Amino acid sequence: MSDTFQLDGQPVVFESGQTVMQAALAAGHYIPHLCYHPEFKPHGSCKLCTVKVNGRTAASCTMPAEAGLEVESDSEELNALRRTLVQMLFADGNHFCPSCEKSGNCILQALGYDLEVHSAGFRHQFPDRPLDASHPDILLDFNRCILCELCVNASAEVDGKHVFALAGRGNSKHLIVNAESGLLKDTDIALTDKAMSVCPVGVIIKKGVGFSTPIGERRYDQRPISEQALDDAPRLPSGEAHD
Amino acid sequence: MTEKKKLRIATTSLAGCFGCHMSILDIDERLFPLLELVEFDRSPLTDIKHCGPCDIGLVEGGICNAENVHVLREFRKNCKVLIAIGACAINGGLPAQRNHLDLSSCLTEVYLTEPGLVHGHIPNDPELPLPLDKVHPLHEVVKIDYFIPGCPPSADAIWKFLTDLIAGKTPELGHGLIKYD
Repeated sequence: MSDTFQLDGQPVVFESGQTVMQAALAAGHYIPHLCYHPEFKPHGSCKLCTVKVNGRTAASCTMPAEAGLEVESDSEELNALRRTLVQMLFADGNHFCPSCEKSGNCILQALGYDLEVHSAGFRHQFPDRPLDASHPDILLDFNRCILCELCVNASAEVDGKHVFALAGRGNSKHLIVNAESGLLKDTDIALTDKAMSVCPVGVIIKKGVGFSTPIGERRYDQRPISEQALDDAPRLPSGEAHD
Repeated sequence: MTEKKKLRIATTSLAGCFGCHMSILDIDERLFPLLELVEFDRSPLTDIKHCGPCDIGLVEGGICNAENVHVLREFRKNCKVLIAIGACAINGGLPAQRNHLDLSSCLTEVYLTEPGLVHGHIPNDPELPLPLDKVHPLHEVVKIDYFIPGCPPSADAIWKFLTDLIAGKTPELGHGLIKYD
């Protein structure tokens, strides 16, 4: 049983139980998103995927698709809002792309590129967040954390290890490591864990890789995230066309 | 027939590495058509020491000392359009990596306690501008009209941005030219 809603004036077919984001991506329509990951329960916190549904704003990753909805996404008003959110994230942490190993593979950066964010604009916070380099194979650089909680969920739900958690509230909220010492070396995290592959920014870094793929030849150097994200999204079963 | 008045451009590097200026030079032979449209005021290309009235100011690097503040204010006062060029001008960049450290402990380590130093002392010549407690992006000190990101921005990005601006269009970079690294 499938139905349709309107996204920027185009009909989108959806299955019962899908969110607006899931249906849109499956049908080949890109809605910008950052903390949403197709394999995890949506968190709805980054608000990059905000759309207007029947005139009211909603996070498309948590909004259930319903027949007849009129969803507006690719408008100058909403893209300006998204641009501001990206700028605030850049000003909040220490995001120095030229020296970051994740540069070119970073979703926050790729969204900045796609939304033509030329500068953060706000007053930079320059927070003091020491690294955790205790683990022989893995580096944690908390300077870049955007608190999306994907590593927390991946470690708990997929790896069954609960290596990460968020602690504190408001401006003092931060990522912590679940060990008496607070250090990653005293956890059972492994390179093969799901938690190693979900960080959208450059917090969880595999040591010994560095810049082996040169800057300029990386994922979002090749294609804008608006194209790449559609390939990454779960698709309809083959044979069902979507335009 | 009257010749069209050339736009006047000033450029400078504050707490930067001159990499963005190298990238400006990297527009190569396009410098010739550019020079049909513009003339340079204060810039490493002219060696003019103070910025006069200009149409466009390009500032590389962030603000790390008192002299940087004076130069930036002089640029803002004289330039109709002020552009921050490169990562350091936009978010402090590499020099801003000292921002979570105490300035006096930085100076102490570099000039006094670093292994191998003999008779080290912290420079205190009145000719030297005093360092600021923190490194700041340009927009925290004066109003900035446009930003060209990159470390450095590519010559193509600089060319696209300047030619858009000179043509009276809103400058856009687009995929491949907009880079933060």
